[in-house]
Amino acid sequence: MPVDAKSPRVGLMVTCLVDLMRPAVGFATVRLLEQAGCTVVVPEQTCCGQPAWNSGERAAAADLAKAMIRAFADCDYVVAPSGSCAGMVRLHYPELFKDDPEWGPKAHHLARRTHELTSFLVDVLGVERVEARYDGHVTYHDSCSGLRELGVKEQPRRLLAGVEGLRLTELPEAEVCCGFGGTFCVKYPEISAKMVSDKAAAVAATGADTLLAGDMGCLMNMAGRLHRLGSPVAVRHVAEILAGELSAPPIGGGKS
Amino acid sequence: MIPASHAFKERARAAMADPDLTRALTKFKTGFPLKRAQAVAALPEFEALRDEGKRIKDHALAHLDLYLERFEAKVTAAGGQVHWARTPAEARAAILSICRAAGARMVTKGKSMVSEEVGLNAALEEAGLEVVETDLGEYIIQIRKEAPSHIIAPALHLSKEQVAEDFRRVHTHLDPARSLSEPSDLLTEARVLLREKFLAADVGITGANFLIAETGSTVIVTNEGNGDLTQSLPRVHVVLTSIEKVVPTLEDASTLLRLLARSATGQELSTYTTFSTGPRRPDDLDGPEQFHVVLLDNGRSALLGTEMQEALRCIRCGACMNHCPVYHAVGGHAYGWVYPGPIGAVIDPALIGLEEARHLPNASTFCGRCESVCPVRIPLPRLMRLWREKEAAARLSPGPQRWGLGLWAFLARRPGLYRLTTRLGMGLLGTMGGRRGRFRYLPLAGGWTGARDFPAPTGRTFQDLYRESQRARP
Repeated sequence: MPVDAKSPRVGLMVTCLVDLMRPAVGFATVRLLEQAGCTVVVPEQTCCGQPAWNSGERAAAADLAKAMIRAFADCDYVVAPSGSCAGMVRLHYPELFKDDPEWGPKAHHLARRTHELTSFLVDVLGVERVEARYDGHVTYHDSCSGLRELGVKEQPRRLLAGVEGLRLTELPEAEVCCGFGGTFCVKYPEISAKMVSDKAAAVAATGADTLLAGDMGCLMNMAGRLHRLGSPVAVRHVAEILAGELSAPPIGGGKS
Repeated sequence: MIPASHAFKERARAAMADPDLTRALTKFKTGFPLKRAQAVAALPEFEALRDEGKRIKDHALAHLDLYLERFEAKVTAAGGQVHWARTPAEARAAILSICRAAGARMVTKGKSMVSEEVGLNAALEEAGLEVVETDLGEYIIQIRKEAPSHIIAPALHLSKEQVAEDFRRVHTHLDPARSLSEPSDLLTEARVLLREKFLAADVGITGANFLIAETGSTVIVTNEGNGDLTQSLPRVHVVLTSIEKVVPTLEDASTLLRLLARSATGQELSTYTTFSTGPRRPDDLDGPEQFHVVLLDNGRSALLGTEMQEALRCIRCGACMNHCPVYHAVGGHAYGWVYPGPIGAVIDPALIGLEEARHLPNASTFCGRCESVCPVRIPLPRLMRLWREKEAAARLSPGPQRWGLGLWAFLARRPGLYRLTTRLGMGLLGTMGGRRGRFRYLPLAGGWTGARDFPAPTGRTFQDLYRESQRARP
């Protein structure tokens, strides 16, 4: 199926955390994709299977991956507001089915078409600038999977640079893990707590009033720790700022 | 060394409550990565060198039998002797018998992690030998009766004040008025004491970073020169190392040396790189009369031909632990065995058993920083995940963890039921979260809420809201 360059059909892989915890990120993603000229579809979906895959439960991960491969079969591209879930599809689906003559090629086909949101906008669609305004002093945490599996580093910064009113201060040790790690944070909560405490201290050192990142897991972890420490820093997904989708209060921030 | 990896959680908790350790790790966690980054930036071909390093080790491992036999033949031709040890017990026995045959009373040692792996010091001391570690860090932990907490910086966990205290306790000749406040004071004190030992030793034991098949040479790198004195002054030199250290040629070893120090300490080369080939020849001015190489397997050969073989490429630079946020949080002793950090999480289960070491491959966020700096591109997170697969298959992980994941997977496989359950669950949590928008405590999520609030969901799922908005669209 040839890709309509002007209006590609993009499947939103919303990710289970955004679906359940923070729909605003999903709507922000839809808006950004539509603004960039995409036709967005949202197939029925549950989870990409990463928790099972990282827990050594290959069979469960394979079942969930097959459901995803089926759900997005007719999309030109698949986009996720998460480096971790996009990384799961791009890198780990092919590995999961590497010895499977039927699903292996399908997994590769989906992997090639799947992208993290900011990387899709910048690297695939060539978006230079988004129309948005945010009067705030922000800092940005690079989520590990996006950074090291997919090379997401400059893309969100380039888009944020075009947001009116926004000032960015780089986070010290921005490339160090926040301690979320999926099931890690419940299996080793004390180590995770130490890591996220270090991250919270780094955030405080920037003097920023807003912390952004591209993955809900990391964001919930960092927001949870910052709130526990009584920090006033607002935590949001980068898509919310880029889309000007600020109707929801910051993560864990209560209803105003 | 008796493994204590099963107690990883308790050991990690104790480590994080230790202020001296936390201080040491805080300094360490930025220092080493910065030095590596500078060294890498100064060498444009570094990434290509990593590919070459991987290729060399993959080739050597694919033909390990051939190169080991060639190595042995060359060692023998040079007048040395190779001893094969399948187990730690065989390695200890081989070295003990070399010491006895030489009538040895004192043994000096260069740094060797394989020596820790086989518990050599305890065995030699039990046999009545005096054993002295000559690497400063190793010497410090020897007098403290501790294990190394890092494979290249064994006393990383200690402050100089702690070391001064230990020296005053053990070196009873010390004048109480003498200052030991500077690192150089400590170094001088150790150096004077160790010099006597170097001269008195009958046997010198070192490890090896590489074994070279074409020449029968062993290679060590040090920054203190202690390895050279350990191996050239005594009558007998014993190299204790493991089988996967062999590479085909001198050229291969030099390629790997270019990767090793840069990855480890950010140096271009370690201060001393020493090649040993056989005992002293008739015309040599110095050197040992006997040259022995003890080659340990201890489970390594069982990894050959499996996906885990990639771990055997390791050249023991320590870059993975230098960059690991979990290691930075808990330090090396928490891991409970010889090799800590990401590489330990991959090889320890193979060497001491998955049941003992099951925590290690689990105690990772899969942040991937280790893999991104590994000089021989070992896919450490992938190999940890493979251990988790073996663990899941053997049902070694705690029941509640498996049941929780099982329940989640059961639902996620059934979209209709998943939709219904999550709709109810998120609605409930959203309402309970109320105006505050977060929970300070949640049943069954005590691990999370122990240190952080749990952000409440907004209440309705994206998929429900999205379908609703689509129906409302004209």
